[in-house]
Amino acid sequence: MNTVNAVNAMTDVAGAEPLLSAREVSVSFPVGSRVGARMRREEHLLRAVDGVDLEMRRGEALALVGESGSGKSTLAQALAGLQPTDRGEIRFDGRVLPASRSRADRRRIQMVFQDPYSSLNPRMTVGGMLRELLRVHHVVPANRVATFSAELLALVGLSEADLSAYPRQFSGGQRQRVAIARALALRPDVLVADEPVSALDVSVQATILNLLSNLRDELGLTLLLISHNLAVVRHLCDRVAVMYLGRIVEVAPTEQIFSTPRHPYTRGLLAAIPRMTEGAVDDSGPAIAGDPPSPLRIPAGCRFRTRCPIAQPRCETEDPVLAAGHDHAKHFAACHFAFSSGAGAPRPDRSENEQNA
Amino acid sequence: MGTATGPASASILEVRDLYVRIASRRGIVRAVDGVSFDVPRGGALGLVGESGSGKSMTLRAILGVLPAEAQVTSGEIRLDGVDLRQLRGSDINRLRGPKMAMIFQEPMSALNPVMRVGWQIAEGPQVHLGLSRGRASERALDLMRRVGIPDPERRFRAYPHEFSGGMRQRVMIAMALSCDPEIILCDEPTTALDVTIQDQILRLLTQLCRESGVSLVFVTHDLPVVAQVCHDVAVMYGGQIVERGEVRDVLLDPRHPYTLGLVRSAPDFEYVRESLVPIPGSPPSLVSPPSGCRFHPRCAFAEDDCRTSETPLRPLPGGRSTACLHYERTLEAVEADRACP
Repeated sequence: MNTVNAVNAMTDVAGAEPLLSAREVSVSFPVGSRVGARMRREEHLLRAVDGVDLEMRRGEALALVGESGSGKSTLAQALAGLQPTDRGEIRFDGRVLPASRSRADRRRIQMVFQDPYSSLNPRMTVGGMLRELLRVHHVVPANRVATFSAELLALVGLSEADLSAYPRQFSGGQRQRVAIARALALRPDVLVADEPVSALDVSVQATILNLLSNLRDELGLTLLLISHNLAVVRHLCDRVAVMYLGRIVEVAPTEQIFSTPRHPYTRGLLAAIPRMTEGAVDDSGPAIAGDPPSPLRIPAGCRFRTRCPIAQPRCETEDPVLAAGHDHAKHFAACHFAFSSGAGAPRPDRSENEQNA
Repeated sequence: MGTATGPASASILEVRDLYVRIASRRGIVRAVDGVSFDVPRGGALGLVGESGSGKSMTLRAILGVLPAEAQVTSGEIRLDGVDLRQLRGSDINRLRGPKMAMIFQEPMSALNPVMRVGWQIAEGPQVHLGLSRGRASERALDLMRRVGIPDPERRFRAYPHEFSGGMRQRVMIAMALSCDPEIILCDEPTTALDVTIQDQILRLLTQLCRESGVSLVFVTHDLPVVAQVCHDVAVMYGGQIVERGEVRDVLLDPRHPYTLGLVRSAPDFEYVRESLVPIPGSPPSLVSPPSGCRFHPRCAFAEDDCRTSETPLRPLPGGRSTACLHYERTLEAVEADRACP
């Protein structure tokens, strides 16, 4: 199945036009000089996102997971319009979004960032931030700004009195609530949350995750959650997309990703999560050996083959496309062996999987 | 008391009634407040808690690398029977490396950026074991091989910035092992790493420690990581240890409401709850901590006596201990959780 068919198949599954979709989206960054790159036999362009197809239905919560450098944040920023794309198109609500988006378009996809200490202006009160946003975007009439601001804070569990406070007067969890209120002020359809809890303590993380979950139910938000923590993802999301070196290598409903992962990278990622119950680590080798390759030297063929426990000669030449299995219409994986008979099964053979692969 | 050498005991590290105070603009911060624990030879103890619980300060006090504003005000720290607080700086220096070593969270700031990695590993053996330059570099190469750095001959001459985060942490482990220490103190060594790299490093660390019989103190905020690496765990809150025992018992069957709160609020990978249960409120101020049990303002089970009585660690059956006056209520909650997950 080729990529375009795969995209169509995804649409069929949804049964309706997706709210937000990316088609063959690529984002790259120039690195150093062309001459220097050639001398190092590296590419001049760092392909952070390398031809990604992705669709989100209205109201769903989709997770983007992967190691650092996999391109998940860059993809999210491209979808939110904060990062120009070099190729591909992003469609929203049935229209292709132009490279430079109108104010009205920008309003509809909002972002919450990882670090609530640096993403809020330290010299503005919470009320000041919200007032500015509401005025610029004409969200509510001028005489409603004060009440609407208070409603927003109530929505995220803060009080009206907090409107006159500065970010430094809040704890990390409260700041993240302010950041969420700021994103919601524009009444977006899609909320993109980039590692919203990873800078917070465990006991505080739970409050923010519960808040996101409640907001989704109350406001019918479409949520794109970026996280390296698969436990968080399992708790909050309906579907999971796994990224590796700028590509999506597997997409499936959350329970399928966790119960029957099809891509060897996903299997390794899941095996690497420390379990509360397991006790001391055993003598088997690591779940995935080695470091991810530099995005300046993406391996030819399948990009995961250098760390893959089941790589075959075919993987060096043929780049696998993201395709669904015959009986698995909602489960897409970019591996030659993802859906071949018994392929849910071949587990990484750990004896062959020593550290210096 | 206070003798320089004691009889060899079963514990490699004994900490007794440790108090650390930090001078700040807002007043004296009681960062570590009466902490006691033992680490058996060849054992691994996890210290878990949220930021500000005093876990890192405890570790730094043991190693004698507290920040300038902080000071150990009382207590004993016995390493292999020797009270470190009685020693002068130069004597403690002699112990760092051959007796105790440390692995930090951010290897990039713990390594010297302008010194070749191999020579950084070889430095310890040259200074502490008196090895020649040649012998020390052979030892460094051997260590680089043992911690799984590919192509060690070439990587010996590389600088830290040429390494990935995981490889730098392998370098840190090689440095920690370079003088055959008795105990390694780890401060969140995998927090900055991806989960796949964390898995590699945790496996490497536990395997090497088991092979060479090194003891570990492992500070982290991540409960599942403790479960992977340590046999025993001490849960810290507000500068004190509130629960102590075997990892399996403490994490799966807690006896302190704070531990229960931590376990309930962490999204667990194995099973998904309807909703997470956060701990209400925020951590206590350590300038003027709450009276009685420090957790009582956030505790659902708190009674009047929790506000007034001191709550030292008390032993429970099964070799564990809790600082909670009403731990039966936590026990009931755990059983209720189990009845309807």
